[in-house]
Amino acid sequence: MGMSKEDASNPTVAVLILISVILTSLGVYDKIAQWAGAGTAVPVTGFANSMCSAALEHRSEGLVLGVGANMFKLAGSVIVFGTVAAFFVGIAHLLLGTNGGH
Amino acid sequence: MLRGNQTWWFENRPVIIGAATVVGPDEGDGPLAADFDLVHPELDMQQKSWEKAERLLLEQATDFAIQNARIDKDQLQFYVGGDLMNQIISNTFAARALGVPYIGVFGACSTSMETLAIASMMVNSNSADYALAGTCSHNCTAEKQFRYPTEYGSQKPPTAQYTVTGAGAAVIAASGDGPVVECATIGKIVDLGIKDPFNMGAAMAPAAVDTIQSHFNDTGRTPKDYDLIVTGDLASVGHPIATELLMRDGVPMDQTVFNDCGLMVYDISRQKVQAGGSGCGCSAVVTYGHLLKRIAKGELKRVLVVATGALLSPLSFQQGESIPCIAHAVAISGKE
Amino acid sequence: MQFLWAFVIGGAICVIGQLMFDLFKLTPAHTMATLVVIGAIIDGIGWYEPLVAFAGAGATVPITSFGNALVHGALTELEKSGWIGVISGIFKVTSAGVSAAIIFSFLAALVVRPKG
Repeated sequence: MGMSKEDASNPTVAVLILISVILTSLGVYDKIAQWAGAGTAVPVTGFANSMCSAALEHRSEGLVLGVGANMFKLAGSVIVFGTVAAFFVGIAHLLLGTNGGH
Repeated sequence: MLRGNQTWWFENRPVIIGAATVVGPDEGDGPLAADFDLVHPELDMQQKSWEKAERLLLEQATDFAIQNARIDKDQLQFYVGGDLMNQIISNTFAARALGVPYIGVFGACSTSMETLAIASMMVNSNSADYALAGTCSHNCTAEKQFRYPTEYGSQKPPTAQYTVTGAGAAVIAASGDGPVVECATIGKIVDLGIKDPFNMGAAMAPAAVDTIQSHFNDTGRTPKDYDLIVTGDLASVGHPIATELLMRDGVPMDQTVFNDCGLMVYDISRQKVQAGGSGCGCSAVVTYGHLLKRIAKGELKRVLVVATGALLSPLSFQQGESIPCIAHAVAISGKE
Repeated sequence: MQFLWAFVIGGAICVIGQLMFDLFKLTPAHTMATLVVIGAIIDGIGWYEPLVAFAGAGATVPITSFGNALVHGALTELEKSGWIGVISGIFKVTSAGVSAAIIFSFLAALVVRPKG
């Protein structure tokens, strides 16, 4: 499609997330997961499932305090720990003077 | 009347004059399907939220119980109920619909026998002519509150249990036709330090054992006096542990039939329920649906129901606390 | 060949996750958080990019890649705009994934209800 490998990864991820959200909405992602275990939890589809399932489950508590406030209740830890880890890796590179070049 | 250390003996022989059970699709697919008053084909029961669905189960069960007891709602003096939800909201709303004086209790999955014991004590002590005991649980509200969103793809280990979607209620009266509530043994908290919320059966087994032994000590009865002794929701992991602990302590459980409501409510070899059923509804629908019908038919003369409860909250578990457990036993017999 | 290695490496990362569930009794949240941190560290020492070159989507689809992408954004910005890049760059690369998940999940919550 005339895209470089790096450029192609964004649409790939977005499509996988869309598939995950659709399967979660149809109520089948959790059924597959009982069978597949980490096979459905570790890929990016599992990340999307954790957000979508929380959003659906808490819809009955409203859009703001239900969907908005609960969407990251499972995925939030991944973002927090990923961000903090990335910050320290960045600081390490800054201190070592490699300035990110790798 | 107190007998022994922790058993209430109901010398006035209160009677269960009517009981009813309402369940969801998985229980309706199980081996006891024919014993339930109403089976809902869908988990959401056409309600807008899981919580509303759970409330509907209980409202229907209490209504049917009053109908089956052939009394008028106005004759009912007290309602004793509890469930698993935070602030026992299912019972609060059901009690609002009933409009009778209400005592809300929390005993996790032991609530079924806890409420039956309290309602029977009221009737036995002439504090009420008619008292209603009820409880309920819903698989999805329990998953949402205690575990993960229902659509979240977490893999449940084989020791995990499947919360029963169902409600059971019973009307207890000073006289009338029906099985007699003979006595109730109130359990104490037993906590052996188990922290795995996906292995509740093993955590609760010692509590069931403690209450069963106390019951025999207080009443002077032995397992032989019962045609059937059932635990509430120990399932395939906890029930063998309880059997082993009792046999080790010299309680001859082989003289009776010792089973578990969590194993009876589902066909665990066919249905995807991991180790078996759990939840307030588990022992309630098996006792009020299945066991009372067998007592009425004369297949069982006397049964002991030992409802087990794991009194944890998501908060206490996340703060690293172990799971405190309890069991309450109620003896029910057919009328001579 | 790329498909085979994608399958093997992606599968291997999932097996590590499954072992964390079953052997170490970690919750899914603890497992995912750990894998993200591992991905971030691997990229920090410069090994994630060779892994992607070798296994393609087998390395970019698992959650470890999210840690890798966060670090990648931070380091690229660090190179471009100095120390502030460590903070400003973290979410540069992962925007597609996080935004898509938020938007699709929100839209799903508007129209569907959980099935149980």
